[in-house]
Formats: sequence, structure tokens, C-alpha cells
Amino acid sequence: MLFYLITRRQAFHVKSPNPDESLSVIDTRDVIVGLRGRSGGERRKECVGEENWVDSRTIYIGHKEPPPGTEAFIQQRFPDNRIVSSKYTFWNFIPKNMFEQFRRVANFYFLIIFLVQLIIDTPTSPITSGLPLFFVITVTAIKQVGDVVFVKENETFPCDLILLSTSRDEGVCYVTTASLDGESSHKTYFAVQDTKAYNTEQEVDSIHATIECEQPQPDLYKFVGRINIYMDNEPVARPLGSENLLLRGATLKNTEYIYAVAIYTGMETKMALNYQSKTQKRSAVEKSMNAYLVVYLFILISKAFVNTVLKYVWQADPNRDEPWYNDRTESERQRHIVIRAFTDFLAFMVLFNYIIPVSMYVTVEMQKFLGSYFIMWDDEMFDEELGERAVVNTSDLNEELGQVEYVFTDKTGTLTENNMEFIECCVDGHVYVPHVILNGQEHEELFFRALCLCHTVQVKEEETVDGIKQGIHQGKSTSFYISSSPDEVALVEGMKRLGFTYLRLKDSHMEILNREDEIERFELLEVLTFDSVRRRMSVIVRSSSGQLYLFCKGADSSIFPRVISGKVEQVKARVEHNAVEGLRTLCVAYRLLSPEQYQEVCHLLSGAKLALQDRDKRLAEAYDIIEKDLILLGAYRCGGQVGGGTRLQEKAADTIESLHKAGMKVWVLTGDKMETAAATCYASKLFHRNTQILELTTKRTEEQSLHDVLFDLSRTVLRQHGGMTRDTFSGLSGDCTDYGLIIDGATLSAVMRPPQEDSNSGNYKEIFLEICRNCSAVLCCRMAPLQKAQIVKLIKASKEHPITLAIGDGANDVSMILEAHVGVGIMGKEGRQAVRNSDYAIPKFKHLKKMLLVHGHYYYIRISELVQYFFYKNVCFIFPQFLYQFFCGFSQQPLYDTAYLTLYNISFTSLPILLYSLIEQHINMDILKKDPSLYRDIAKNSLLRWPIFIYWTILGVYDAIVMFFGAYFLFDNTTFTSNGQMFGNWTFGTLVFTVLVFTVTFKLALDTHYWTWINHFVIWGSLIFFVVFSLLWGGIIWPFLNYQRMYYVFMQMLSSGPAWLSIILLITAGLLPDVLKKVIWRALWPTTTERIQNADKLYKGHLSEFTPLASLQSKAGSQRRGSGGQRNVPNPRRSEPFSKKTMFTRWQRTPDYCTFTPLLRFADGARNSRQGYAHGGQTSV
Amino acid sequence: MGKAKVKSGPLARRPDNSAFKQQRLPAWSPMLTANTVLPFFYFMALICMLLGVWLLLTVQSTQEMKLDYTEAGSCNLCYIKRQNASNAAQSCTCSVMFSIQKAFKGDVFFYYGLKNFHQNLRRYMDSRDDGQMVGRKRNLKNPSSYCQPFDKDQTGVPIAPCGAVANSIFNDSFTLSYHQPGSYRVRIPLLRRGITWYTDENVKFRNPKTENLTLAEVFKDTARPLYWQKPVYELDPDDPTNNGFINEDLIIWMREAAFPNFKKLYGVLNRADEVFAKGLPAGNYTIDINYNFPVQYFRGRKEVVLTTLTWFGGQNHFLPVAYLVTSSLILLLAVVLTVIWWKFGKAGKNMQE
Repeated sequence: MLFYLITRRQAFHVKSPNPDESLSVIDTRDVIVGLRGRSGGERRKECVGEENWVDSRTIYIGHKEPPPGTEAFIQQRFPDNRIVSSKYTFWNFIPKNMFEQFRRVANFYFLIIFLVQLIIDTPTSPITSGLPLFFVITVTAIKQVGDVVFVKENETFPCDLILLSTSRDEGVCYVTTASLDGESSHKTYFAVQDTKAYNTEQEVDSIHATIECEQPQPDLYKFVGRINIYMDNEPVARPLGSENLLLRGATLKNTEYIYAVAIYTGMETKMALNYQSKTQKRSAVEKSMNAYLVVYLFILISKAFVNTVLKYVWQADPNRDEPWYNDRTESERQRHIVIRAFTDFLAFMVLFNYIIPVSMYVTVEMQKFLGSYFIMWDDEMFDEELGERAVVNTSDLNEELGQVEYVFTDKTGTLTENNMEFIECCVDGHVYVPHVILNGQEHEELFFRALCLCHTVQVKEEETVDGIKQGIHQGKSTSFYISSSPDEVALVEGMKRLGFTYLRLKDSHMEILNREDEIERFELLEVLTFDSVRRRMSVIVRSSSGQLYLFCKGADSSIFPRVISGKVEQVKARVEHNAVEGLRTLCVAYRLLSPEQYQEVCHLLSGAKLALQDRDKRLAEAYDIIEKDLILLGAYRCGGQVGGGTRLQEKAADTIESLHKAGMKVWVLTGDKMETAAATCYASKLFHRNTQILELTTKRTEEQSLHDVLFDLSRTVLRQHGGMTRDTFSGLSGDCTDYGLIIDGATLSAVMRPPQEDSNSGNYKEIFLEICRNCSAVLCCRMAPLQKAQIVKLIKASKEHPITLAIGDGANDVSMILEAHVGVGIMGKEGRQAVRNSDYAIPKFKHLKKMLLVHGHYYYIRISELVQYFFYKNVCFIFPQFLYQFFCGFSQQPLYDTAYLTLYNISFTSLPILLYSLIEQHINMDILKKDPSLYRDIAKNSLLRWPIFIYWTILGVYDAIVMFFGAYFLFDNTTFTSNGQMFGNWTFGTLVFTVLVFTVTFKLALDTHYWTWINHFVIWGSLIFFVVFSLLWGGIIWPFLNYQRMYYVFMQMLSSGPAWLSIILLITAGLLPDVLKKVIWRALWPTTTERIQNADKLYKGHLSEFTPLASLQSKAGSQRRGSGGQRNVPNPRRSEPFSKKTMFTRWQRTPDYCTFTPLLRFADGARNSRQGYAHGGQTSV
Repeated sequence: MGKAKVKSGPLARRPDNSAFKQQRLPAWSPMLTANTVLPFFYFMALICMLLGVWLLLTVQSTQEMKLDYTEAGSCNLCYIKRQNASNAAQSCTCSVMFSIQKAFKGDVFFYYGLKNFHQNLRRYMDSRDDGQMVGRKRNLKNPSSYCQPFDKDQTGVPIAPCGAVANSIFNDSFTLSYHQPGSYRVRIPLLRRGITWYTDENVKFRNPKTENLTLAEVFKDTARPLYWQKPVYELDPDDPTNNGFINEDLIIWMREAAFPNFKKLYGVLNRADEVFAKGLPAGNYTIDINYNFPVQYFRGRKEVVLTTLTWFGGQNHFLPVAYLVTSSLILLLAVVLTVIWWKFGKAGKNMQE
């Protein structure tokens, strides 16, 4: 379970196919046919596009050379099909983990230390620290690409394939990509037109073609290539797109078999690339860690330097340099002084290198990886409806969840439900709802046919899928409409109820059952697919009468500008009316094409499609030309299932409120119209009734210049906030004005525009940011997907560098999910793209609350302790060794035995902290959820600030001094056994080491606030392990070792009474300051966390049953007495005063209140607040 | 929590509802508040105080006498003689007189001490072959390279025991005598056996297997260490079982001291003699020294130490004092904490909130 072990069948595993064989079966399950063959034909001369060939590759199907006369047959070498798609496997965990570590700041350092140990005579053995550094790279045989592959139903594709032919006549096959992107719906893939007839082995063998395609790219949904088929010496070029590309990992369904040709194999498959290419996001904690590391590196170097200098000062006395009892060898004497000094410096570096803990990186990695399981295991984040639990895609960011300051959320599907149903349509201004008799107008028939045809819905028979499914004939047959967009399903469903049933797509013909139960057939010629930039889609069909139609549907804003006739005004009025009610309205238009026009369209499209470079751009241009001169038919709208309103997701309002209370700023980014979005924002408690709304929209900027509006707004905002004291501000108190900002996409792009030459326009960005900082909620509407990312980037780059989180469910949210520090995907109904690109995925928006407030909080607390503790324990470890140099003539004599040096970080002190960092809970999770303001206690990386780091370091140095000098004075030229025998240096080191191990372990025990049986087991267990190990290590004359220095040392030490007494004394003295600091701080300057711990203790763990009340706050100020003095103590680390008052100030009045009354009060309060929740819960608009 | 795990349908991916996975393991949550810590502090202060007083009394009951003989008495001549390395082969004896005011009761331990002798230099410490010392035949003829330059003599014969540590063994020897009042000097009998760690003597240091050979035959083809006057198998002419690697003086020397000032056990008073049955009586003593070990090169000092021991060891005031200091520190802190608790805890209820 330690490793993401994903094993795949090793499909290609052939060394080198015999060139004489025309057919070689390679794998027992996937029959792969390697074909070699005859040649002939001539390569076509002209290319469709003048591409840069550097970025493409050519594949020879069946390894057949291109016909003579064309460019030379260049055998390219492609990787074999072995895939290591896991981050770690069983055997590579340690080396690969090490390798991962080396990429960081420390990499250079560890390598140097190791090399130094190899080269010079050093105090510690290179084997102990160098052993894990090696790992073997197995070079595997290289395998050619171009094999033709035969795959049967329900088999998984072994690599990325281009579909040549299938068992189905239409040349299509159905595939589920559930294991790739989680979408379990069947997708249709198409064979290349010219090869689809070749569906036996012999026929396939006769294909002679080459494929040119782009170099491997990680994008699963993009593929650009073309195939050149040599038929009768006549080359034919055909475009290849993602609809021809079968991805490794996907499974063949509903199709008996296929033939396909491999183009990307092994680590070049899109699946493999996707595992690799996840951009590394770094957390704030990691940045702090690296900063600490630099400090320690500096300490290390100065230690080594100081010691080297002192060594030569000390040795300036010739008698010390080489006393008679310690003669050098001849070669040592001849070495130059500079070289000797440098060698000494390096030796000191090696001696002290443990101060920078290699094991910390390993432990942090393990903590993150194992810790992320708690998110996946969380039952409260499991959604019964979807049957999904939270998913962690990147465990690197767990603690970042506790640091979020800005939340950017998508609206539809994230805040609101996305259960779409067709509600009404409007043709030429006449409104229709389902089940109404139609009155046969001219445009009406066309409108409904347009709706029946202009979509990408598939009909799925039998077999259950957990995507979107709607029975065509409920109860009777199990056929479903499947689409990646719920809108389209709703639409086709709605059409069915209006009498037009879409039956299926067969042989490129769409079949419709009209109201007279007649089947109409339309030949589907082209699909101009939907994209979020155009915000529309089109189909070109040929009716049975031979008429060519282009049907186009899309957002009102994208259709109206392209309409030349139709009852625009009426439709527009209706659309606007709908928008106010928060409904999604789409417009439908058509265009009649003459055969000539159609030819032109075909030419345009095929030109664009054949392009290998910039295909998307060319296609967009082509679409732009084709979708014009439309005639408006009407509009239709879909909405949530209940009533006519958009339903909020379960507990969305509660979640947003909690996030607000936790000090996060919530921004809603949506493509919807302002009115729709604003209504949702009110419903979801993003805006309250008393929120003052600031508008920064095109409507306003039309009246005033953007400049004026911005300055106006900033003045309003700043005036208010300038007059407020810090104490009254809490973001949730009712009496101060809250600001909410609404901005639309157009204005935003105006704001983002780089400042003009004339300086009076100023830097709008800054002013805008200033306004935003002072608004608790911001709504951005009419946003293009890229703008979403832009906004996130803008905030990320602002001067405080806040931690941002983006959450969304659709493909249009991917850009912002990737941009934000933490990207969260919702397992919504608009496909899995958001989930795939996210760092974390949750079933519902409401789960964000627990994810941030509980998991985020815990992870942050845990990892910050982990980091601080690691540095602390290594200071304790190495500083005595540094001090010892002053007593051993700076000769680099290690204080501890090699075994102790090696195992200290690996086994004696590693497990307790790892366990702590996995299961520590400083506050009960129910309280964390109930009182979001606790989240502020850890805001701004507060546990990894420099003062805390310095405190830990000083504590470490103090402990080291106590341990070293305590033992030193004990050893000071006296006997401490009753039989007069003396102890040597190894006993001294062992004594220090024993105190060390106990002290650092007890220090962790003191910090542990959540003692489960596992903690007891691990903490006491690791101490026992140390003792047992020491007994064993010193109990045997080790046969293969040349030194026996530790023999019986530990036992002799334990046989001495004073040793025991001093161990106990030194541990006590070492821990005393920390205990004292804890007690005093808790008494005088408690953090909110500590207050809550106290209160929780007082109520014996029942505190979580009482909800903290915001209303208590106003009273709290007056009730507070006797605390004024304490408050004046400057203490920047402790939590801000306002967070103190959230709950427990109540007990400050008199001791009597502690016993009974508050209970009642709390119970009272809880009831009130629950009513409050109920009241604002699921308001629909 | 269905034990049968009927996991199918939409709940197939439901996480286990176990206390561990849901992070709801029952736990004990102690807190360091004044309330919990104060009683502990007072308790600790008391315990440390008692221990400190007890240890102090114990330490007071021990006696110790140190005598620096580097240049004392007639040893002055020897000191000068040893300054010249060419005189190394010549023997030099001297004697120092001292007196004991108060009788040493019980077992008396005789140590020699060195100052400013760094047994803890890294190269020096490593310059030994434990494999050889434990009696491995291979190592006897093939000393570890760590022993360089003391691994082989000029003719290439392996040295046994090899290395700088063995080579620099402390080779002064002492004879202690007591001036019996109104009578002649009595030689003080010292037990020179049983002064090493039992495990060192019996396990860690072994002579190579003899197989009916004499020690001299076993060590044939090895050279004695450069600075030694006698080969290893003739270290103790009086006791044949105390020769070779198991010679106790050698074993004691081989346990390298942690600091440059150290002492090592030389012998224990044999109380079988009637005069010394109760220890060393007060009076005048003479110590005759066979002065061999040169210390002036490294500005070292040599001394002898006589001491009595308790269960607690020798005269070490550190531990009792440390206990007393810690005790009073804890007490002080406890009082301060009590004041804080009294003042703020009672008034502001900060402690219990």
C-alpha cells in the first residue's frame, strides 16, 4: 500500500521480430500482428500544410517501407511498451524517493557529502550513508512502433493506437475510458475511412500506408495526425484526430474486434505522459523547509569552517601537531597544508552532515503519501448518491489545504446542482412547454428538427453505466441517452416529450421518430463541435430530400451577432426574461447551404483537419467562416429539476458561510449572466442582505470611465475600512458593512490590460486588487475559461502572495484549477476533465468544508511540527558532536558510534514523529467543523514563522549543551562505578546518546495531544527498541567487523548508578524549559487552539455539541476584564485578538459560570444558530 | 458497519467506517496546564532535593588524594632525563613522599592520571586492531591498515599489538610504601588483577589460540611495538596468565579516555595484610616510581590518585550539586507558576477556560 502500484499487462514484449515472418503472434492475450510486406506506389508529392516536420513523427504501418522515390525509410527508434506509471513501486521506493529528494535544494548537498566520504579519509564510513544512493537503471530493449494490433472485445488497448478497421460495418467501435478519466460512458471511435473495409488479417496485411503524427503529447483529448494510404500507387491523405486514436488503458466495448496500428508505446503513451507531466506544485511549507535548510546549511558550513580554523590554531603548537604517541604516516606528512586544511574542512562537513536530515525528506514524503489516505478514507466525504469518495491526485499539497486564503469557485455544477431538464422553448416568440399541442408553424417543425439533430448525444442500449442516464422508454427497454453535457440529454429528452424522438445514429444517418411515428433520416455530414470559446456548436446534415442544413445552437451572446434574420427581438426579450430567473438559455439558428457552399465548407474543414500544426486554430477559423448568416429559429431553456429555479447544491450556503468565517475570501467565477449569478450568490450566502454590492460592470463603465469607477469604488471601500479598528473587524459580525464586488468579463479584461503610456490612467490592477482585498466576496460573471485562470493568477501574484484554491466541475474550470495553488475538482456531471486535472477531487461542494477546515488544518499542524521537530532533533544530535571537537583537538572524532549515527534518524527517532504527523489531532474534528474561525489560527503559515523556528533551534542547542556538559562534568576525571573501573569515550558518547534519544522522544510526547494506543505503542516501543538494540549491538563480538568498540559499553553504563541518576537528571533538565514555556504561555497568552483545548477538557469532550455563537462577540468585549494587561504584551506569533473572542470569553465572568449556566446558554445558542441555518439553508431563487 | 462487506452498487467505493480510518480512535488528551504541572513540579523539586542531599552526604564520605609527580621530589631528574629521546632505553627511578592526614577507610583504589594526553584524537583512536586483539590469527600477521604507521616495523614484520594506542602504553610503574610509625617502611600490597571490565578480560581481548604452544611461540614472527621495551608476551614476569593481549594494564590502556585529562586504574589495596585491613592509615608514605613515560613533549602532567569509593563512585561533586540546583530551580519555577496561577488563574479564569 506504500506505493502506487499500477501494473499493466506487458503487451509488447518481443525482442526483435524476424523480418521474414509476415505474421508473428506476440502476446497470448492481445494478439499483435506484426506485418511486413510488399511495396509499391508512389508517395504523394504535395502536402496539405507546410508544416514544420521537426515536431512530428512518421510511422510505417506494418514496418513497410514507403514506396521508392520518396524520402528514405528512416527507422526511428521508439521506446518499448513497458510502462512504469507509478510514482513508486516496491523495489524503487527507496532509490526513487531518494532521487526525488535530490531534485530539491538538498540534492547537491547529499551528493557532495557522499562523494567526499568516498574520496577522503573521513570520520564516518561512506557505506552507511552512501548505500541508499545507488539505484540501477535498467535499460530495456527498444521496440519498434508500427505494429498492427488486434484487440478483442473487453480487452484493454496495450498502447496508443490508430483505429484501422472494426468488426462493425460502420467502421466505428465503442470504448470506455473509465480507467483513464473516469468517464464510464461509451465513446465512439471511428476507423479511417479508407481502411475500414479491411477487416481480416490478410486484408489488413495488404494495407500500405504511413502515418504522420505529432510527437507524444499528454493531452488525452487532442491528437493531430494524418495517414497516407497508397492505393493503386495513388497516395490518399486523410486527417486523423482524437476520434481515431484509441488510448492505452481504455477498454473495447460492444465491438467484436478491431485492427489498429500502434503509434505511441510505453512511456510515450498519453496515459504514461499524463502520469509524468503533472506539474509540480510546491506548498508553502516546502518553501519554509527549504529556507530552513539554507539556514542549516549555513550553520553547517560555519561550524566546519570554525572547527577547521581552530584546529590549525590549536596545532600551531608543534607538540600538539604531532605528539610522539600519534605519528603520522609518511604520505600524510608530505601533503600540502592547504590540501590538508581543505580535507579537514570536508571531514568536518561529513561529521556534521547529519544536521541536515536526509531522512526528513523521506519522512515528509511518506507523511504526505500515507496521510492523504485519510482524505480518501473519510466517510463524511463519501457521497452516496454518486457512490464516490474523495480522491487525492497529488499528496504534495495536503498541508496547503490548511493555508487557503482565496477560494475561487465555479457556479454551475459546483455551487448549484446541474440536474438539467428541458423546461420550455420559444419559437419566434411563442413559448412552448412539454406536452403541449403544437400548432404547426413554419419555423416550428424546423426548430424541433434542429434540436433533434444538433447535438452529440449517443444512444446507449442495455448495460448500465453510472454516467448520465435517462431511459428512452422508461420501464420498457433500457436505452439511454449519453452525453458529456447534461444539457444535451435534457434537450433530447425534452424533444421526446414534444413528440420528436431521436433514435440513433446509424451509418452516418441520424434517425428521428417524428410525431406521426415516421422515421426521418438525416445524413450527418459534419459536426462542428462545441468549445467554450465559441460557446456554440453546429451540425451539417442532408435531409432525405437532399436539402443541406447547418443547424447551430449556442449561448445567446454567441448566436445573436451571427443572425441575419428571424424574429430576433421577441427571442431576445424572452432570453433576458429567463436570465433574470437564473436559467440557462440557448438559442438555435439555421442556415441553408447550397451544394456549392457545402463544397466550400468541406474544403475549409478538411484543410483545417489535415493540418498537423495549429489544427485547433485553423478549425476555429474555419468554424468562424462557416457559422454565419444564420437565421434565428428560437431559444430553449433548461433548468434544475425542481420548480423553475436553479437549485443550490446541498449545504452550499453553509459551506460558503464557514469558509467566510474561516477567513477565506470566496470568489465566484461564472460564465453566466450577472443577474443569474447574483441571485445564486445571495442564495448561497455569499452576499448577505446587508452586503453592500459594488458593481464593476460594462453597464457602469458605459456611463463613467473605468478610471472613475475604480477610484470611486476604492474610495468607498477604503473609507469604511480605514475607520475600523482591528478588533471590531471579523468578517462575520453583523454591524459592519460587508462589501461584495461584482465584475464582468469585459470589464475585467479592461482592468487587466497593461497600463497605457499616459500615466494618469494608473495601474488599474493595483486599485482593483485593493478593492478586492477589502471585499469579503467577489462575483465574476460572464467569464471566459481563460479569464478564470487570469483572475487566479492575478491574485496569486499580488503582493501578499496568498494561497489560492480553485474548485470547479467542468472542462472550463480546468485552467483555473491548474493555475491555483490547490485545484479541487468536483465529480460533477460535466465529464471528468476537472477531476483529472485537479489535485483533489470531491463528490460535492459541501465536502470542501471538511477538507479545508478539518483535513487541511490537521495536515498543516502535523507537517509543521514534523519539520520543526526534525530540525530540532538533529540540532540536539549534532551539536554535542560539535562541542566534543573542542575536547579532542578538533580531530573529527565522532562522539557516537557509527551504528548510532546511522540509525538515529532512521529508526530510533523516526517512527514517533511519523506517527505524530499522521494522526495528531490538537482539537477534536467536530469542533474544527463547528468553529471555522479556528482556521485563522494557522493562517499565513503561522507555525513555520522564523520566531518559532528560532525557538526550536535554541531549544535544540540548549538540550545539546545540557546533554554534553552534563555528561562531561559527570565524567570529569572521576570514577562513577563502585568497583573503581573507568569508562572510555564510547561510554561517554553512549551516555549522551541515551539522554538524547530519550529527551527528543519525550519532547514529542509532550507535544502530542492525541494519545491513542498507537502513540503509546510507537513512542514507548521506539524507546524500548533503542535499549534492546543497544544491548544487542554491544552484546556480541561481531564476527565480520574489525572494531568492537561498543562491546558491553551500554551494559557497563547501565550497571553504574550515577549514570542512571545523570540520565534522569539531564532528561529532566532538557525538558524543563519547554514544559515551562508551554505552561506559562498557555496560562498567559493562550492561542485559540489552547483555549479550545482547555474548554474541551472542562466539558469532557462534549464541547463539540455546542455551537459557538457569533452573537456572543459583542458582549465579549465588555465582559473581558483582568485581561487588559496581558493583551498589551507584544506577541506577534499568537493569534490575533479577534479570534480569541469567538467562543470562550463567556467563562471569564465569574467562576460560577463555569459550572452550569454556560451549558444552558450554549444549548440555547445552538438552537438559535440551527434555526439560522435552517432559515438560510436551501433558498432557491 | 456491515461485516459481511456487501460491497456492490453505488456503495462499492464507500470507505471503511473504522475508527482508525475515520480518525476517531479513542484518545487521551493530556494538557500541560499549571494545574497538572504544578503538583508534578513540587514533587520533582522534593525528590531532587532529597536525592541531592543524599548524594552529597555520600560523596562527602569518600576520600581522595592526588599527587602530581611529574617533577616532584627526585622525579625532577627523571623528568629532565626523559626530555631526551636518546635516553629512552635507560631506566630511571625516583621516589616521592606524601602524607595522609585522615585514614582512608575501606577499599582504596590506586590510579595513575595523565593530563593533556589526547587519547581521543581520531587517528590515534582508530589506530588499533580489535580483530587482532580478539585473537584472530589472520589479523595477527596482517594488522589493519588503520594501524599505520605502527602496523609493521622497519623490516616489515607485523607488530603485535599494532597501532598507536598500544604503542603508547603508559609504562611507569609504582611501588607504594607506608612509614609505619616508629618502625620501618612497609610495602603496600596492591591487587593488580581483576581491575578491568570482566568482559574485556574474558571476551574482547584474547590471545590467539595456543594449541599447546607457549605464548612466545604464538607471537613468533611478530615484532613488539616500537616504543616497548618488552614483547607483549612478557609484560608481566610475575604472572604468566597476565601476558599477551590479556594483560590487564594493556586492556585498561586500550579503553581510550574521552577527554585529555584522565586517570586509569592501576591497582586496588590488598587488605589481607593486617596493617591495611581497614584501609590506609593516616601517616607518611613514599611512592617509588619507575619513571619511563615522557610527557613534556605535549606539556602533560602525570599524577597518582588514591581514592575510596562508595556505591556512587569517587569524589564527584557534580551530580549532587546538579541535583540540588535543579531542585531549587524547579522549586523556584513552581512558586512563580503558582503566583501566576493564583493571580491570573483565579481572577481571569485563564487557566481553566
